[in-house]
Amino acid sequence: MNNYGWMQTIVFFVILLAAVKPFGAYLARVFRGERTFLSPLLVPCENLLYRVCGVDRNEEMPWRRYALSLVLFNLAGGVALFAILLLQGALPLNPQKLTSFPWHLALNAAVSFMTNTNWQAYSGETSASYFTQMFGFTVHNFLSAATGIAVAIATIRGFARHRTELIGNFHVDLTRSILYVLLPVSLLVAPLLVSQGVIQNLSPYKMMPLVQPLTYDKAKVDGGGNAVRDARGNAVTERVVVREVTVPMGPVASQEAIKELGTNGGGFFNANSAHPYENPTPFTNLIEAFLILLIGASLTLTFGEMTGNTRQGWAILAVMLALLVLAVGINYAAESAGNPLVAKLGVQQVNLEGKETRFGVAGSALFSSATTGTSCGAVNAMHDSMTPLGGMVPLSLILLSEVVVGGVGTGLYTMIAFVVIAVFVAGLMIGRTPEFLGKKIEVAEMWMSIVTVMTSGVLVLFFTTLALWTPQAVASMANPGAHGLSEILYAFASMSNNNGSAFAGLAANTLFYNLTGSLAMFVGRFAPIVASLAMAGSLAGKKYVPPSLGTLPTDKVPFALWLSLVILVVGALTFFPALSLGPIVEHVTMLGGK
Amino acid sequence: MKDMRPTLMLFIAFTLLLGGAYPLVVTGMAQLAFPSQANGSFIADAGGVSVGSRLIGQPFTGAKYFWPRPSATDGFPYNPMASGGSNAGPTNPDYLKTVAQRVRALRESGVTRTLPAELVQASASGLDPEISPQGAAIQAERVARARGMKAVDLERLIAKHTQGRQLGFIGEPRVNVLELNLALDTMK
Repeated sequence: MNNYGWMQTIVFFVILLAAVKPFGAYLARVFRGERTFLSPLLVPCENLLYRVCGVDRNEEMPWRRYALSLVLFNLAGGVALFAILLLQGALPLNPQKLTSFPWHLALNAAVSFMTNTNWQAYSGETSASYFTQMFGFTVHNFLSAATGIAVAIATIRGFARHRTELIGNFHVDLTRSILYVLLPVSLLVAPLLVSQGVIQNLSPYKMMPLVQPLTYDKAKVDGGGNAVRDARGNAVTERVVVREVTVPMGPVASQEAIKELGTNGGGFFNANSAHPYENPTPFTNLIEAFLILLIGASLTLTFGEMTGNTRQGWAILAVMLALLVLAVGINYAAESAGNPLVAKLGVQQVNLEGKETRFGVAGSALFSSATTGTSCGAVNAMHDSMTPLGGMVPLSLILLSEVVVGGVGTGLYTMIAFVVIAVFVAGLMIGRTPEFLGKKIEVAEMWMSIVTVMTSGVLVLFFTTLALWTPQAVASMANPGAHGLSEILYAFASMSNNNGSAFAGLAANTLFYNLTGSLAMFVGRFAPIVASLAMAGSLAGKKYVPPSLGTLPTDKVPFALWLSLVILVVGALTFFPALSLGPIVEHVTMLGGK
Repeated sequence: MKDMRPTLMLFIAFTLLLGGAYPLVVTGMAQLAFPSQANGSFIADAGGVSVGSRLIGQPFTGAKYFWPRPSATDGFPYNPMASGGSNAGPTNPDYLKTVAQRVRALRESGVTRTLPAELVQASASGLDPEISPQGAAIQAERVARARGMKAVDLERLIAKHTQGRQLGFIGEPRVNVLELNLALDTMK
């Protein structure tokens, strides 16, 4: 650890804090349908879209219709993406003549991008054409992010409105998210990324000569792709000289901007945001981490603004940021302490396996916590190669249902479910009627909050257990022992919570992981969404109960601490056994091997 | 049902806007304003021939060149078509054996000091173009010997190619291995 690392981290959070208030207020104006500084330009476009598409902007929806429109829209998108992937070989903008995806990989990738997960069981540079990247993945990066924002806004309206069954119009919320928020910011940031070295072109891949040709021994394979062995059973190798290599190209910056802003996280290249063409400098690293957190953090203040209680927004944001800063600190400390098994070989004591020189430990710690505290899942360092405690940080952030600060929209509506549970439990303990922002918390709200919070936990434990029972699934582990368990646990945590990052050693492109993963991602995405919308519908129908002396204040420090505790206890109770068998056992093993 | 038409029409409209117009507009802006970066930051030699990209590392192995970090890309090291890390866990016995081999190779090249971690641990992308200034410094003696040059001159060259933290505090100081080696070749 060094002072520069801390300084970079502190400056980052100060800038983030300065940005959330104006941005949160801007979001509130957008979703109340008020004028903003972009209105002169965008209102005509918006009206044109509504007219062409047959959207009645003044017609609001009860929660069931809102949810149905949302699921229908996402399904249409998922089917279209599935078709694009299956037909890739026959579609244009494919200078490398890449072939179509096999069906189960196509299904997994389609569900993955539709659900804002962006789990990738393929490598971008060798599998996805420019058509797929643009018309498939970039489009879904926008749409899934806008879907998340819409759900958050509808949930906020549940608290802000009284005695109505209407929670907004999905098509209008979706359109405004894209036109007023996601697209302008992406258009602003993408050229900035290019100025630092992120590529943006439609050229075929380039041949690059090597200054010093590389000679290496390549394992010989027969026509069937099997290794050729000599009489003694040793692999036969042949000497190969590489004089030039192929460098992939593509429209990267346009996808990079929305990939981070929309907390999608699907890399254009296999190495994701560790690739020098996706994240070329320490400065772009901070910009990308900033984009990941911007909307999720700002929505808390939008919540405060729209419900008329800005202190409540700050209280929620404070809980999120406190946990996030703690996570960054632990990861930074653990990775700086390094791997004693490597240090004893006479190596400087810091773990740089799977990290880029330009980011160092501080830049990697910040990014890995930001990407897993949200539902982003882009990585600038390989989480699989972190020290056991360092790697437990991103894993734990995902297992806590990604509420630190959470994905665009998902973070807020999941956090509101935790708040409802915290209010309810506190109410039981002190014998008061649970109320939150003037709304009584009753059975329906509790049910929906439990569904929102517990879905991912149930999915993670169920599918991890299933995988451990399935020999083919266990065979996908890249590292032996406790670390292998962490890989499988991480995979299902990542997919069920729609994160998409990985302990990437796991060979996940198999029938088992593609199918179980698709199911985990789908249920993990839409069960909490429908539950949140149902809760919004129920809350909007209630009358406003003005706070009295007996009301528990939810915007003060004691409640913020209580809320943090509830989040940690729910997470710990669900996952402590699994975590102790994975990272914790490995940590003890590592120290013991000194 | 009446929500069918808006659903499908909005999807088509957004696909055209976000999948077509948006990336094309960004491509246009990028190609006009930053053509070199947008096309991969390639470096040309004096004759205008491309000699590599300053962002994509190359697998230098000769004693006459500064070595980059180990790379775990599939096929061969620094394979740009297979970006990625080793994904080896910290207690994996095979991984620890690999690191020990790399340590041995550096010791055999004459380094006695504590080794900078990045020289024995593979990067996340497998294409990391840079090493730390210390990582370059401990190689100066070997390169000088192989080229019949003075180590002091090489240390000066390293200092000249060291990039500081951005804005003075962001990221880590680093040396671009390709640029350093190209500069070496012009010195002889």
